[in-house]
Amino acid sequence: MKYKSIIGLEIHTQLKTKTKAFCNCKVEFGQKPNTNICPVCMGHPGSLPVVNEKMIEYALLLGRATNSKINDKTKFDRKNYFYPDIPKNYQITQYDYPICYDGNIKILLEDNNMKDIGITRIHMEEDTGKVFHDKDDNNSLIDYNRAGVPLLEIVTEPDLRTPSEAYKFLNELKSILRYLDISDANMEKGELRVDVNVSVMKKEDEEFGTKVELKNMNSFKAVKKALEYEIDRQIELIKKGKKEKIKQETRMWLEDKEKTKIMRTKEEAADYRYFPEPDIPAFHINNDIIEKIENIDFELPLQKRQRFSKEYNLSDYDSSILTSEIDLAHYFEKVLEKFDDGKAAANWIINELLNLMNEDGKEIKEIDVTPQKLASILKLIDQDKISGKIGKKLLKEVYNSGKKPEDIVDEKGWSQVSDSDELENIIKEVLEENNDAVERYKNGEDKLFGFFMGQIMKKTKGKANPKKTNQLLRKLLKNQ
Amino acid sequence: MMKISDVKDRIDKEGIVPIVRSVIKNIKENDVYNSFLELNEKNAIKQAEKLSDEGNNDKPLYGVPVAVKDNIAVKNMKMTCGSKILQDYISPYNATVIEKLKKAGAIIIGKTNMDEFAMGTSNEHSAFGPVKNPLNKEYVPGGSSGGSAASVAGNLVPVSLGSDTGGSVRQPAAFTGTYGLKPTYGRVSRYGLTAFASSLDQIGPITNSMDDLVSLYSVITGKDKKDSTTVDMHLDDLNKLKNNDKKYKIGIFKSMLDDDINIKIKEDYYKILKNLQKKGHKLVELDFDKKDYIVPIYQIIAPAEASSNLARFDGIRYGTRKEGTRSKEELVSKTRNLGFGEEVKRRCLVGTFVLSSGYAEKYYKKALIARKMIKKELESKFDSVDIIATPTTPNLPFKIGEKVENILYMYKSDLFTIPANLSGLPALSIPLYKTGDFYTSVQLMGNSFKEIDLFKLGYEVEKITGGKK
Repeated sequence: MKYKSIIGLEIHTQLKTKTKAFCNCKVEFGQKPNTNICPVCMGHPGSLPVVNEKMIEYALLLGRATNSKINDKTKFDRKNYFYPDIPKNYQITQYDYPICYDGNIKILLEDNNMKDIGITRIHMEEDTGKVFHDKDDNNSLIDYNRAGVPLLEIVTEPDLRTPSEAYKFLNELKSILRYLDISDANMEKGELRVDVNVSVMKKEDEEFGTKVELKNMNSFKAVKKALEYEIDRQIELIKKGKKEKIKQETRMWLEDKEKTKIMRTKEEAADYRYFPEPDIPAFHINNDIIEKIENIDFELPLQKRQRFSKEYNLSDYDSSILTSEIDLAHYFEKVLEKFDDGKAAANWIINELLNLMNEDGKEIKEIDVTPQKLASILKLIDQDKISGKIGKKLLKEVYNSGKKPEDIVDEKGWSQVSDSDELENIIKEVLEENNDAVERYKNGEDKLFGFFMGQIMKKTKGKANPKKTNQLLRKLLKNQ
Repeated sequence: MMKISDVKDRIDKEGIVPIVRSVIKNIKENDVYNSFLELNEKNAIKQAEKLSDEGNNDKPLYGVPVAVKDNIAVKNMKMTCGSKILQDYISPYNATVIEKLKKAGAIIIGKTNMDEFAMGTSNEHSAFGPVKNPLNKEYVPGGSSGGSAASVAGNLVPVSLGSDTGGSVRQPAAFTGTYGLKPTYGRVSRYGLTAFASSLDQIGPITNSMDDLVSLYSVITGKDKKDSTTVDMHLDDLNKLKNNDKKYKIGIFKSMLDDDINIKIKEDYYKILKNLQKKGHKLVELDFDKKDYIVPIYQIIAPAEASSNLARFDGIRYGTRKEGTRSKEELVSKTRNLGFGEEVKRRCLVGTFVLSSGYAEKYYKKALIARKMIKKELESKFDSVDIIATPTTPNLPFKIGEKVENILYMYKSDLFTIPANLSGLPALSIPLYKTGDFYTSVQLMGNSFKEIDLFKLGYEVEKITGGKK
């Protein structure tokens, strides 16, 4: 590939504070429109903003998790623009003194190397309301419940080189936000929003290409797809010698058409007329709050991943899946309280349980297979009471019914046949029924061993203990 | 002269409800100045009855009728800010000063006329007609708190609240011969005060005497958790203000008293200084070479903040909306075009301009730096003096309509009052002597949170002039 792409992200994520950023209105979603509002977040004349300290704490927490520096003295600014969803027609945000700056987040690349992605800044601001154009024939309607909800804006350095790196970064960030429990960060639900800056240049070039901004993606996958499309588009233009057609502009991702479309040019960009918010004096981040943040005990996804790999002897891939969601990581460790083979537990969670969950879109917190129940299933397998194959069936049963694994095994008679005499009888039966095959086996067709195993399993409905059956079958074939 | 003590005497004799009724009746019959926009008749009487039932007349402002500038929120009353865009707007909550007044037993009697969104120095920029000066009805009462000043000068109420961004309490006080105070920035909560220029605005009292000024002041001050710019500062003991024996060093800016100042104002200013000197106070001449920057700095910073503060008036959530528009852009621009008056538009345009990219560096940011310099220099003056005395205004009241086209004249008339806003310092305007129908005035500016010095010296000035009769 002769080209490289330079990608930077701008992420907005809603904070899970109890109240809004600058007033006492509740932060809760799915309420009746315009019920969580007050004179302050509706911008009534005379009302004044008062900073929610939780928002500052959450910002500092993310700052700590991303190794960011803290601006000892920080302030709020006004970003002025007219839009009906923004009650004051300015947004309270942070302009030149963001609370955190100069941090980084590590992502795990395909080649198992880590890469540092720089965080330029993290700042606090308020969310807007929501405009609906389709709820009423003659009017646009606005719900201001979301207006004033605290957001963190996270801006990365242009350190990302591929759409897949961007995708990994977003997943890592989401998992950090959820580990810290400061944001649910669900992009599909609009709790997290991503704008992308991307430019393309020839590998040998020194000068960056023209930067294009992409908006309107509503999932991490869409971010990846939009980037792939946009990078291709830019490369094609360069190849055709039409580099000048790449303009500094904002393009909109059209999900259904899977392409980007121009939204506005640089000349149309708004002049936000930033100036210091006079209603909130500049303030120092005092030592009390710094200390409070430093005393909060947490393990980040990366740390947990490294610990899992080491402590439970897992591959980096397995660890990274298990630690992608804090609830999943907790689940895994809970299983290990009752069952000590980490590798087996990891395999079962990743290959079986997560598949079941994916099929019906459930999260780990919502399922009926408690860690105790999964541990029971794993023990049954480990103690040869059931086969691995039955184990899968059993897991599905438990997943669907929520019943105890032991009860299901009893009920269905799934206990494994491990008794040597019983097994010998079954094997003998199978060999007698397949005389031809036995002859051919003796004449050197080794692969027929598998055929006999299959027949035995068929006869026992999969309940024959594979290890024992294997041993006995070998012995009996020798004696034939 | 209507003073709190008179009202209290009458309440003692007749009871609180009849007094409130008679005050309202008097306003209805005798407000020929257009000073009130709305009376709080029903609620005022209800409030009086409630107070009367409680029978607790220890409250500091028990039964005292207060007029409130119409940019301060009183729950369930209109708050027009003197603008068409808010002509039917009803405030959904009480300003902190209103809560404090009510707690102190004061009766909110009504809302007073003002220059639209507090932008103006003559009260001719009200959407509801100009206010007339009670001292001579052909003349302006000053602005922007012209209605509040006229209601007190016209003896309709003993005290009122105004707001002061560049002199909007002190200048109308001077024009109407009343007392007006702009407290230190952060001393009085702005919660509920419709912002003009948030970093300059402060609510202040307008009264007919020093006593009343101090009474009202002590009720409305204090840290408010709803206003992050208020400061938790000790409130000095205000009981021992009279009979001051402290000898002050009073700073004067000779360089600011050039030929542009009305001769009578200058004469009376020197006269009062001489009298104070005779009482043992010391006059100290101070250098001040930044006079020419004061008005320009103000005319950049105030409109810049205003352009942002007034952006919320778009007709979407509340206020008057232009109906029948076809897009959000058209709705907002037509609503604002129709709802705002000339002066407000002018300042919003200036403010938008000075904050625009490419111009912010040249104007707004320079003005911020210059403001800091002025603040620093003024504060440093208090190393050598206790109080700085200037005239309140460079000119006496003018006739209604006479100067309305002369924008620069209007802007320049804030020369003496603006520095206190730029630097956050407290400043008090006191009427001196009668000249024709009007009064000359002196402004005393003190160090940060040193209102007490202004009061002590203010009482002495009042004693020298004999006060208002």
